[in-house]
Amino acid sequence: MSQRTEITLTVNGERVTRSVEARRHLVDFLRLDLGLTGTHAGCEHGVCGACTVRVDGVIVRGCLVVAASLDGAEVTTVEGLADSGEIRALQAAFVARNAAQCGFCTPGMVMTAADILRHHPEATRAEIREHLSGNYCRCTGYQAIVDAVQDVLEAAR
Amino acid sequence: MKWPATSYRRASSLGDVWQAFAEGGAGVQLLAGGQTLLATLAFRLSEPALLLDITRIPTLRGIALHGGALRIGALTTHAGLGRDPLVARHAPLLAQAVPLIAHPAIRNRGTIGGSLANADPAAELPACAVALEATLVLASAQGERRVPAGEFFTGLLSTALRPGELILAVEVPIGRGGSITEIARRSGDYAMCGLALVGARPVFFGVGDGPVLARGAGAALARGDVEAACAALDTDLDPPTDMHGPPAMKRHLARVLLRRAAAPRQEQAA
Repeated sequence: MSQRTEITLTVNGERVTRSVEARRHLVDFLRLDLGLTGTHAGCEHGVCGACTVRVDGVIVRGCLVVAASLDGAEVTTVEGLADSGEIRALQAAFVARNAAQCGFCTPGMVMTAADILRHHPEATRAEIREHLSGNYCRCTGYQAIVDAVQDVLEAAR
Repeated sequence: MKWPATSYRRASSLGDVWQAFAEGGAGVQLLAGGQTLLATLAFRLSEPALLLDITRIPTLRGIALHGGALRIGALTTHAGLGRDPLVARHAPLLAQAVPLIAHPAIRNRGTIGGSLANADPAAELPACAVALEATLVLASAQGERRVPAGEFFTGLLSTALRPGELILAVEVPIGRGGSITEIARRSGDYAMCGLALVGARPVFFGVGDGPVLARGAGAALARGDVEAACAALDTDLDPPTDMHGPPAMKRHLARVLLRRAAAPRQEQAA
């Protein structure tokens, strides 16, 4: 038996109320309860970074957050960043640099890259690599991804 | 794997926690950052009856000078440690440790209390706490007690925490300085071997069942004899064979780290 909790939170600027099971993590809440499938469930134990989303302004692993704990929280997913235009330059750079191969890691990569843009606009290539080091790309397309992020940072300077 | 069926409740005060412990006993699992705990649920290594969310309890928060020590609330996140001006000034070793802990998204949620309570033998903060001679402030329905970090870690993933008890805060003596170095295969991985060095207190991690204070090496360091300190590691450390390699490799890495960490001290002396 899994007990349920009612939560009201803001997701991509929209207020939502849902009843969730205690065993529901944030990724499944977004994908299955809200239909926001941009966030990917990869390893589901906090290693791969594919589920990276923003909660209350900072990036987190969606698979390591209890959905029931998010009453009052503000969640932003890759859909939200695409709609707001915040990642327009990143999206263009990922295309230009062919930084998405199979695409599975891409939403998490973009969420983490957007975090670099917001908080570390002066990041060097080494610092970009360090910040992205918790996001795995099983196609191993890391050089292109780092190139794309570096292009965006340099264009903004 | 999906998490097992469980239940969730939010505690808004320590009173709520004591009540939950009284009702639920060993089935109650405290949930802070959840960055290790929730992965263990995914592996079905733990199946708590109740996840008791303690993240909204105000008394577990905050960083402040308290007597001659820096009192760091148990809910302080790794990211919070890394950007706090009081930590940078009075306990810089902890700020130095932050970039070595996992990745940014994990550091935004993982807490110092959680890291200490989990007592992973390869984790940075338990070793820092022992090297800094920090004190853990524990609380239960019966009241508070204080345990030196050196006595808190009792074995593999084991601590002096009793059933019904939690970590309120960590008190770190101010002005101790120190340095932390580690060797990991990839950025953010748990260390194959790490060293937190404060004065002549070398505390190794990833080489035993908890943080290991190398007493012989410390005595040699106090005399300024780094080579004798490295030699003393043969008896100070008894590393198990693990996925990274055999004891001889761990001792080698420990000597490499000790030389690196001790080198600036030698330069200062010269």
